[in-house]
Amino acid sequence: MSTKIVTARVDIPNSHTLSVYLEQGGYQSLRKALLEMTPEAVQEEVTVSGMLGRGGAGFETGRKWSMLKQDLVRYLVVNGDESEPSTFKDHLLVENDPHQLVEGTLITAYAIGASRAFIYLRGEFALGLERVQSAINEAYAYGAIGRNIFGSGFSVDVVLQPGAGAYICGEETALIESLEGKRGFPRIKPPYFPAVIGLYGAPTIVNNVETMSNVPWIVKNGGRAFAAMGKGRSTGTRLFALSGDVMRPGNYELEMTSKTFRELIYDPDFGGGLKEGRSVKAVIPGGVSAPWIGPDNLDLPLGQDEVAQAGSMLGSGSIIVLDDHSCAVRAAWRITKFFNRESCGQCTPCREGSGWIEKIMHRIELGSGTESDLDLVLDACDNIAPGLTWPPQQTTICVLGPSIPSSVVSAIKMFRDEFMVHIKEEGCPFVH
Amino acid sequence: MSTDESQNLVTLSIDGREIKAKGGELLIEAAEKSGVFIPRFCYHNRLPQVGVCRMCLVEVKGPRGFSLQPSCYLPVSEGMEVITQSEKVKKAQDGVLEFLLINHPLDCPTCDKGGECPLQDQTLTYGPGESRFAEEKRHWEKPIAISELVFLDRERCIQCDRCTRFADVVAGDALIEFIGRGDHTEVNVFPDRPFSSYFSGNTVQICPVGALTAAPYRFKARPWDLSQVESSCMACSMGCRIMVQSSQNGLTRYLGLDSDSVNHGWLCDKGRFGFEAINSADRVTSPMIRKGDSFVETSWASALSLIGSKIVDAKASGDPSRIGIMLGSRLTNEDIYAWVKLAKGVIGTDSVDSQLGDGLRGEVIAALPRATVNEAVSAKAVLAFTGDIKEEIPVLFLRLREAIRNGRTKLVTVGTRSSSLDKLSEVSARVTPDQARLLAMEVTKDSSKFPEISAVLSKQGVGADGEGLVVLLGRENLAWDQSIVEAFALELSRSLPKAKFLITLRGSNFSGAVDLGGVPRLLPGRSSLETATPVLRQKWANLPAQGGRGAKEMFNAALRGELDLLFLVGSDPRQDYLDSELANSALDNVGFVVSVDTYLSRSSSSADLVLPAAAFAEKAGTTTNLEGRVFTVNQKVTSPGLCRPDWTIASEIALELEEDLGFGSAEDILDEIAEVSPLHWGLSWHRLTKSAALDGVVVPITATALSIRPRAMLDQISTPGIASVWNQGLPSSKTSYFDDGTIEEPGSASQPPAQASVASVEPIWPVAPVQPLGTMRLGYSRKLYGQGEHLMNSPHLSKLIVEAKCRISSKTAKELGAEMGDSLRVADKAGGESLFELEIDDSVGDGIVELIRGSFSNPGFSPVRSDEAVNYVKVERA
Ligand SMILES: Cc1cc2nc3c(=O)[nH]c(=O)nc-3n(C[C@H](O)[C@H](O)[C@H](O)COP(=O)(O)O)c2cc1C
Ligand code: SF4
Ligand code: SF4
Ligand code: SF4
Ligand code: FES
Repeated sequence: MSTKIVTARVDIPNSHTLSVYLEQGGYQSLRKALLEMTPEAVQEEVTVSGMLGRGGAGFETGRKWSMLKQDLVRYLVVNGDESEPSTFKDHLLVENDPHQLVEGTLITAYAIGASRAFIYLRGEFALGLERVQSAINEAYAYGAIGRNIFGSGFSVDVVLQPGAGAYICGEETALIESLEGKRGFPRIKPPYFPAVIGLYGAPTIVNNVETMSNVPWIVKNGGRAFAAMGKGRSTGTRLFALSGDVMRPGNYELEMTSKTFRELIYDPDFGGGLKEGRSVKAVIPGGVSAPWIGPDNLDLPLGQDEVAQAGSMLGSGSIIVLDDHSCAVRAAWRITKFFNRESCGQCTPCREGSGWIEKIMHRIELGSGTESDLDLVLDACDNIAPGLTWPPQQTTICVLGPSIPSSVVSAIKMFRDEFMVHIKEEGCPFVH
Repeated sequence: MSTDESQNLVTLSIDGREIKAKGGELLIEAAEKSGVFIPRFCYHNRLPQVGVCRMCLVEVKGPRGFSLQPSCYLPVSEGMEVITQSEKVKKAQDGVLEFLLINHPLDCPTCDKGGECPLQDQTLTYGPGESRFAEEKRHWEKPIAISELVFLDRERCIQCDRCTRFADVVAGDALIEFIGRGDHTEVNVFPDRPFSSYFSGNTVQICPVGALTAAPYRFKARPWDLSQVESSCMACSMGCRIMVQSSQNGLTRYLGLDSDSVNHGWLCDKGRFGFEAINSADRVTSPMIRKGDSFVETSWASALSLIGSKIVDAKASGDPSRIGIMLGSRLTNEDIYAWVKLAKGVIGTDSVDSQLGDGLRGEVIAALPRATVNEAVSAKAVLAFTGDIKEEIPVLFLRLREAIRNGRTKLVTVGTRSSSLDKLSEVSARVTPDQARLLAMEVTKDSSKFPEISAVLSKQGVGADGEGLVVLLGRENLAWDQSIVEAFALELSRSLPKAKFLITLRGSNFSGAVDLGGVPRLLPGRSSLETATPVLRQKWANLPAQGGRGAKEMFNAALRGELDLLFLVGSDPRQDYLDSELANSALDNVGFVVSVDTYLSRSSSSADLVLPAAAFAEKAGTTTNLEGRVFTVNQKVTSPGLCRPDWTIASEIALELEEDLGFGSAEDILDEIAEVSPLHWGLSWHRLTKSAALDGVVVPITATALSIRPRAMLDQISTPGIASVWNQGLPSSKTSYFDDGTIEEPGSASQPPAQASVASVEPIWPVAPVQPLGTMRLGYSRKLYGQGEHLMNSPHLSKLIVEAKCRISSKTAKELGAEMGDSLRVADKAGGESLFELEIDDSVGDGIVELIRGSFSNPGFSPVRSDEAVNYVKVERA
């Protein structure tokens, strides 16, 4: 049985309360960090752990922290906007272990010297917002947040901010704009790397909810223990949000690289396999921004580099399974439609391209496409992500732009025949 | 090039060619200067960049090889390698244009932008040729009116963020915003909140497509029907540089020219759309003589000979000061010079004024050390004791706002009332006249009674002698007599001799009038009657023996029956003189009133003789802005009927007196000005039109060589509509606009005139009356859109004229037992009264009632009395 880190407590009744959290040894890591460790030492443990960010981009957390510009005022922002279809791992953590998130946030604030931390939670997380807010309140009352925490001399405030109802507000610079009270328009990097110019112009670390939730464990058990799990750059565990055509969709925390896609999908403890008689057609391995992989890749271990080598990404750790009864055209169209709705509208290629591609894909799905539409779609995609490489190049400000082609290009590359059937038979051959 | 600049240079390569550029300069600008034009939509040289349209992508080498980067967002750096011409770049440009066009309607044939449209033009040059888009385009209701002046067609919008950025960042009126996401992102106003910004026309000017159109121009013309000439707005004293465009002898549009020293390309809506009044059908087009209650047309010849005999009659009394002249703000320097020469050089009267109780004495203005606008916006600190600049000199407000926003200067305001400047100020202090005096005497002293102001000044490094301080001086509250402001300024200048002053009076050419003797006791070059130069004495044979009367004294003389003949040259005292009661009764009592006017104003309709004048854009000349900067105004259309430029009328009148003013054109007059006025030495028509036209020239010209700047490079996409007219408009519009005018000219050899010193003018603090029981203090100020002939004759602007309301604080309202919307009776000192709707406004101080000048015209009601230092009124519920 593999070790659980972030979901260790989620099944305990009332796991979201301070009393249960304390019973389970909660806030010991914070005490340890504040009273026994220097901020540098905490950072060092996280660096040693090798933990990659869990928000999607997979950047080493310790390295990110070390890049923070050492201005007097620094901020920590926790990204809990989680709005991508099929991604629901943070959802579980904020509802069922909010104190773990708060503790990780506090330790991180200490490590990076932030005087204030903001937790930006998706606005639709009604219960999550309630629970994180009461966790914050309880932690204030307990003395874990506020002035001179546990007598350590360290002070920090934690502010909860409900999101503004847009997927793009999960992109870290759009999130910062939104926190500042503006429209969630991503900023241009360079120069707006949050670690240099972030919230209110101050250096800012943005980390994902799951990333933060790992920090108490790392402080308690040491970075080495974390790094001992997994393989290569893929250390620790990951919380995989499995969905699509599996019998048991849900969140599964697994030691990284310890299982393959096939095991995750078919193991009765996890996905529990597909419906009777069906087979895997494709897997979207890292959220809807990721290129698809085919059944031939099912034996890949669930690791960062392994998936990257197959031309995709582990991204946010959400895995969608498409079985052979699902329509590739329709799936790609739906995903494009999502991106079109959620494009912030700043950049021409993303704003207009997403709409155009969505319309063509829809037309093909409805049966009025032509073969030349396929080249057209690919060329329009190429104008958003020149070369259609992976990792992509982009003509846009943020990576939502080049995420649009991922599904479309995968679907056309892997299932061109299916497109041709739609075109020739003037309609979708699948039953929805 | 100074060493400073050369040290800051970096070398980069663009398409394999090495260029040098200023470190930190945007790549798109550095490339353009080196001759490589990169296409763009959202980039604008006067806005912060956003990098959203993605049209300007070029390949830039980074640690991981070349990648596409927005050149409008990337500062150049040493060793940068840039490719602007590659398959990859070309494909990206094609792609962006194709994306922009998929939802763009096929409106070109009916779109106002057609022919001057950056989207059209760049599609032709960089675009894919044809669209592969076969779907239904996005639809919006089109167009929608977002204000009285501006229409928005969201189908045409390319989301470049120019209008929204301008409104928010430059104007500070964030009334238009992006709404929605994805390809349903639209620009729009907020529900029930129109885009009622004083600067809305600028968004139309910079919109790179036909999404924003201005009501006064919609469907009026095509770029290829237009011709244009460069000029300067004369709707206020800023003198914004404009391009005047016309079609078939009718004015169609003004566009702001980007002058570094003046308006940065911006205009206010009052200036921009005022051209409609000039096209008005209600212009006076023929001389008219009073017959009983009405006018009959007459000929120029008989009108002039009548005037000649009136002058002879008046002079026969032996006192030339029985003849007076009031000059209005429409006049060019040449008009002013000709009329002043007629008065002071031919007739021999010094009773000439160009202010109507709302200005400041010429001697005071002449004595204060003058600051330029550029000096003001980069001063260590600015102290404002002035009317609301946003309402009176709007583009100066933009310049100041930009400087403060970017931390280049800090502002403190002093006055009796709140104004738009308060939001930009570090400190705004409310003062009484006594406090103003204290402030003037000890503002930089440790013992100052205004520690907050002193703290800002000292933190900003303003010297104890005022070094680094610029004072914006105007009429903060028109209910205070001008003598208070004058005394304040003189006192301040004595305690802070290094402080400079920017006189923020609104009247368009007030500065030219002071410089050219259009006020009592001064002569061209600001010399006094006693210190006239020998050349002037030679050209002006009949100088007055003694100082004459200003407007107020002329009116008082009229009441005593001592004013036989009054010329109102573009001046409308019945409407504009502060104490309207005095003006009305005085004008009724003048022997003979000649009005030279463009419309039948309140004053000209009761004159004895009306002469039709050429309006702005119907005559050439120069004007001087508030900082003493001279630029040309030019003729674009011919006047209707028998209108003549004001200066020719003065010449004709002189001829009736058998005198020759000695000039046959505006250029001749400018030459004579440069000859007789030491302040204007070195000025020439050639210099103003050729080498320094965009920025004009500040007088006196002090440098030994005039700094000559090449004409600004004109980014055709920053202000669409100028280059297009030049390229494809009528032949007459092919001016030398795009000449690279780097002509070397010698500067003024002569010594500039000695500045009149403040020591020679005594500050005289008037005695403020004790507030009578049961009265309130009066706050009297202007709004941009007040009544006045020009606005009332502009069909679109006239809708914006402010409503007559009175504003008091909620506390004061409670004391009166009055509520929002109630009718209040306001009574002046003489018992004249008027009713006003009450608006409760807590930015008004307690115990003060605020009235807006030009929002009402009730001849019996004159809240400001010219003989009161401070005015009080009675207020009660009606
Ligand atoms: C369109 C878009 C949406 C994103 N949404 C989220 C999100 O909901 N949650 C999240 O943690 N990161 C999201 N990210 C990634 C963040 O920009 C950022 O990389 C991440 O929060 C960093 O945290 P980490 O280093 O802990 O992974 C998104 C990125 C993009 C481009
Ligand atoms: S790529 Fe799309 S979502 Fe990202 S900034 Fe551009 S328009 Fe907005
Ligand atoms: S209305 Fe014009 S200026 Fe405004 S965003 Fe649209 S295209 Fe740009
Ligand atoms: S600020 Fe003055 S000069 Fe400029 S456009 Fe407006 S009225 Fe004309
Ligand atoms: S992105 Fe550079 S001009 Fe628009």
